[in-house]
This record gives sequence, C-alpha cells and structure tokens, in this order.
Amino acid sequence: MGLGLQKPEEVSAPQPQPQKISGSQMLIEALRQERVEVIFGYPGGAVLPEYDALYGAGIPHILTRHEQGAIHAAEGYARVTGKPGVVIATSGPGATNLVTGLADAMMDSLPLVVFTGQVGSNVIGSDAFQEAPVLGITMPITKHNYQVRDVDSLPRIIKEAFHIAATGRPGPVLIDIPKDIATTLGVFDYSEPVHLPGYQPTVVPNRLQIRKVAAAIAQAKKPVVLAGAGVVFAGAAKELLEFVERVQIPVVNTLLGLGGFPASHPLFLGMGGMHGSYAANMAMYECDLLINIGARFDDRLTGNLKHFARFAKVVHIDIDPAEIGKNVPTDIPVVGDAREALRALLEEPLERGDTAEWLAHVKRMKQEYPFWYQADGQGLKPQRLVELIYQFTGGDAIITTDVGQHQMWAAQYYRFDKPNRWVTSGGLGTMGFGLPAAIGAQIGARDKTVVAIVGDGGFQMTLQELAVLTDYKLPVKVVIVNNSALGMVRQWQQLFYEERYSESLLPGQPDFVKLAEAYHMKGYRVHTEAEAQAVLREALALPEPVLIDCRVPAEENVYPMVAPGKGIHEMVGIRP
Amino acid sequence: MNRILTVIVNNHAGVLNRITGLFLRRGFNIQSITVGTTEVEDQSRMTIVIDADDPAVVEQVIKQLYKQIDVLKVTDITDMPMVARELALIRVNSPLSTRSEVTTLIEPFRASIIDVGRESVTIQATGHPDKIEALIALLRPYGIKELARTGVTAFTRDTEKVAEISRFNKVRAL
Repeated sequence: MGLGLQKPEEVSAPQPQPQKISGSQMLIEALRQERVEVIFGYPGGAVLPEYDALYGAGIPHILTRHEQGAIHAAEGYARVTGKPGVVIATSGPGATNLVTGLADAMMDSLPLVVFTGQVGSNVIGSDAFQEAPVLGITMPITKHNYQVRDVDSLPRIIKEAFHIAATGRPGPVLIDIPKDIATTLGVFDYSEPVHLPGYQPTVVPNRLQIRKVAAAIAQAKKPVVLAGAGVVFAGAAKELLEFVERVQIPVVNTLLGLGGFPASHPLFLGMGGMHGSYAANMAMYECDLLINIGARFDDRLTGNLKHFARFAKVVHIDIDPAEIGKNVPTDIPVVGDAREALRALLEEPLERGDTAEWLAHVKRMKQEYPFWYQADGQGLKPQRLVELIYQFTGGDAIITTDVGQHQMWAAQYYRFDKPNRWVTSGGLGTMGFGLPAAIGAQIGARDKTVVAIVGDGGFQMTLQELAVLTDYKLPVKVVIVNNSALGMVRQWQQLFYEERYSESLLPGQPDFVKLAEAYHMKGYRVHTEAEAQAVLREALALPEPVLIDCRVPAEENVYPMVAPGKGIHEMVGIRP
Repeated sequence: MNRILTVIVNNHAGVLNRITGLFLRRGFNIQSITVGTTEVEDQSRMTIVIDADDPAVVEQVIKQLYKQIDVLKVTDITDMPMVARELALIRVNSPLSTRSEVTTLIEPFRASIIDVGRESVTIQATGHPDKIEALIALLRPYGIKELARTGVTAFTRDTEKVAEISRFNKVRAL
C-alpha cells in the first residue's frame, strides 16, 4: 500500500460508475443522512453485516440486555425528542422480542424506524435457523413495514420509512433485511424525493370547518377542551395555551396529553377518564361543546360511551381521519395537525359565549373535589411519594412509568407544566416499560433529571436493563413503588372479585437494594415519608444512577374511579 | 346490506395480506374479495363486498383502508351507476333424462355448458350476483354437486359514455 505499485492506467482511469457499497453500509449511510443520533439495539447472526458496518462508524449504539428494552428505550427517546427512535435487532427471536414495543408504539403513535435482520433470501420460508415471518407478524402493529428484496431499493425504503414514521400520525415502521441483501453491493442514491401517492396526510385543516368550530364556540355556554397527545406531537402547547386563554375554555387532558397544557393553569381541570379528576369528568359529561384536539376517545377516557358527552356538540380535531367518528359521533370533524388547526382558529375573530356561570361551576368542582388520599402520619403513602418527587424535581423532571396504580398516581400528582416530560405506556398498558423508556429519555435529554417511577411487578419484567444505566453512566433515578403486589390487579380483585386475590400478591421479592449494588448502582430502601424525603433529596443530587425501593402499603387504592361499564359521571371515591 | 367497495392498491407483495389482515383485526366481515391487475402497471384492483348495515362501520372500513400506505383509492360504488359481475361454475346432477331440461333452463341466463359427463354437466354463468343466485336456486332441485363462485368484480359506469351509447342506439332504432 502506498508503494506506487498500481498500474498507471488504473490511477488515471476515469470513474464513470458511482461507487457501489453493501446494503449494510447503505443502512449506516442512510442513518447519517437522517441525522440519527443514537441506535438502540442488540446484535445477532442475521445482523452481523449491519453491526460490522456500524463498527467505528461513529453513530452511538446503546446495547440493551433484551430487544424489548431496546425498543422501549427508542420509544422513550422518541417521546422526549419528537424524533424517530431507531432500533436494530436480529432475525427470529430478536425480531419477535420487539413485538410488544411495536404494538406499544403503534397504540401511542410513537415514531420508530426498526430494522430487523432476516435469514438469506434463498432460504426464506424454509424454516431456517432463527427465521420468523416478521413481515406478517408485525403488519398489524406497524404503520407500515417492508421486506427488502433488492439492495438498490434499500435507500428508497429507508427514506420512506423515516418519512412515514415521523409525519402525519406518527408510528413505527419496520424494515426486514435479509442477510444476503446486507452484503450485496449496490448504488446508494439518497437524493430521490419520497414519492408515496398512497400516503398524503392532511396537515392544514379545512378553513370552513375551522369557522364552524369558531361559530360553535361563540354559541356554547358550557364548552370544554379535551387535549390529547396530538397537541404534544404537533408541538402545539404554546398555541393551545394562547387559544384557551383567548376563549377562556376549561381544559381536560388525556393521560398521554399531560404536559400539553400547564397543570398549574387556573383553567386546567386535570386528567379525564377512569382515574381522572371529578371536575374533568363532570365537565366532559355536562358540557354542551366538547372540543377534542388530538385525542382518540380511548375507552379508558370515555367510560361507557352512552353517557359520554351526551349533551354536547362534539368537535374532533385529529390528523388521523380514521379516529374521527370511530368511537364518538362527531358534529364538526376537522382533519389536520393540531398546531395548524389551532393557528387557524386563532386567526378567526373568536367570540366567547356566555360562559361565566359554567366557568364558576367547573372551578368550584375543581376546588371541592381535588385528588385525595388519607395521610396517616406513619409509613409512606404512594401518592405522597409522587408529591415529594414533584417537589424535589421542581416539577420539571422527565417521568417514565410502567402501567398500573403507580402510573395513575404519577399522572395525578406529578403536575406537568411542560410537554415531552411524561413518558408512559398509555394505549397498550405495557408493564416493564418504565425502566427502558427512561434509558431512551435520558439519552434524548442528557441534561434533564429522569425519574423512572415503576411498580415492583413491572420493574421485574425488564430489570436487566439496569446494566445499561451503569454501562452508559445514565443518571436515571429508579423509584420502585413497592407494594409487594400487582397493585391494580389487586385493586380490581378487591373491588370486583370479592377480595379473592388470585395470583396478584408478590411476597417473594428480591432484595432490590442488593440488586442495585449488584449492578454497581447505589440502592436505598425507604419505609417512611421522612426517609423518603431524606433519600430523595440525596439521590436526586447524585450525578449517577440510583435505585430507591419505596415500601408502600399494599391496600392503598387509586381513587377516584369510574368503574368498568359506568359513565364518567358515576365516579366513586371522589371524597375521603 | 352488502356494500361493494373498489380498492385500487399498489401491486406489491403482501398487499392482499395487509387488506385482509385489516378486516380481521378490526372485526369487519368480508363477503367476497376479488383481486386482479388493472390498466395501470403496478396497480391492482380489489373488489370487496362487505356486509354492513351501519353507515358508520362502512365509513370506518373506508378510512382504515385509506390508512394503508399501499391503498391508493377506495370507492363505495354500491349506490353509484355500476356494473357488477360474477362468474360461477356449477356442476349439476344431470343424467341424460334431464339434460335437455337443464339446457333449456339455463338458456335465458345466457349460461353455457362447458363440460359434460355421464351423470353431470358443468355450467358456466356470468352476471350480476342476483342473477347467479337465481340460477343456483333453479338448479338446486337437480342436485348441485360442486359450486365455485369468483365473487363480485365491479366498475362504475362511465355515465357520459352510457348516455352516448343510448343516444346512438336511439338513433339506430329510428
């Protein structure tokens, strides 16, 4: 090399052909073009070429301990940054381990671009080693998916995948790459614009529909805004605040919409739904105009549909037309991006109806029926624990959760004033989401405090990801709300199954503090409020990962509650 | 009530699977589905017959179909001027004693016998599904040994062209 031994004609030869590169190199090059900051993944046989191309390529890769951890981390990253999370996993079990995360991202509209290895094209369908029909398995739980059949189509497919994942209603897109495609040489051309005639999301809403909304606002005596995750995805928090202050309409958030409107605002009524606030639910029940912005009328929000917003004219603003009219009959449909719709509304001469009485009424409900729990002066109430976390993080931390009681308490007592700080599994309700999601969230927001509030049940589904916190020095604070039970299951068995606690109690817990130490992390255990205060203060100041095992009473239930099958106006447990 | 949807899709591998998978997942019932190529290369036409009384369900089906990246156009043509055709192959029990009877019976349907055996004949019929139903009902007493139907494929009428043709026919009749 470098000895001048090349034949002269080779040196001077013209280069009419663009240089060919392998499929796996194309993948890396495409990720560079998409300015991907980080990849979450796990290697294996069918993605050896991809991992070889990644070696020394300069794109950081987070090695989790399970593919499910990788994809939940990518979801956490996407939720906090708004950018697509990128995942690589191998064929067969690697790919099937992603299924929960894909379904979760599909339900909660999180942009992901997921690459799976596949066995060689020549053996697909022969039940080859580590072969799984990933395209078929993931078709109903992805926004779109591809299997690459020709290396030259790979750049186009990756470009389309990023476009589809991040635009319109976001969602996960999967690309299945047979091993031979990864090693075949082809021409890399990323300059072609995306051409998808079958995918043209409506971003700018119809002006006539917007005027109808404005007219409905002018007539309404009891209006309410329901703001969902669409507001957060669209980056429309500012516009929503401006709109709400202009028209003075009280606001209800969905679980996933929290942070899209400041919780400390006087017009905020709280989260609606099964464990939402009484004021929020009664406002949706009694209102004469319900303006849904970017929420999908999930059953946990609406309760029994017969009673939901039964006196109201319903406006539904959504980027996904299929959500409009799916669950709740809609009077004024508006297809479009939440921010565009709010901007269009703000351009209208908005008039307010006679709402003084209504505003006084909802504010009275909000004051009279706050979230409550009974402090008994001893032990540690889980609700109080969340209040302390709120207090010690100044209300500005990123909070991730699993699903269940602790999730509802986090939603009730951590009062988010800003968007992109609330990372929870809403639609799918995935246990084990909180810890890996916190990894992705911390990588997406290095300078933020990230607290994973997890249940003792959910934590044990993905606890192997603790290793990632020490590997990459991620100062995530893991707070286990430990009631030695699958709390929400236990609560339902208490309330609806005559206290027959079938398989919902977890008496045989590991020593979580020793577990933390085994992963080279600091571990604490707290039993009382005083201990929790001291430990939280200390732990939150540490620039390293910490685990806190918080022992809380198992018999604590989440209230208020809309029992299954009931209307949202039939809440129980609204007062002590 | 049956609704007839025509769906223009990209002719990619797996598209049929996407569509039928969608119907399965959303709990929509398919009565029949036909797929074939169109005048445009890389596009296929699906004709899907669904049984849905609730207009909200039909609307939801159409919206869900539109969400598929490979779906280019969905039209509910049930209430439009259209031509809908189906092909049926019917093997009917027909010893020589009843054969001429069967032949006479199918004649108004413009059906034809395409295969003949000692004890049976195979009849090919094309037409609107109602016509196929009527023919099957008439043949049933003889004993239907085998039946295969393609399902409906359909088109909207080009109304301008239709008007033109009828005008032409009128002129000719004069």
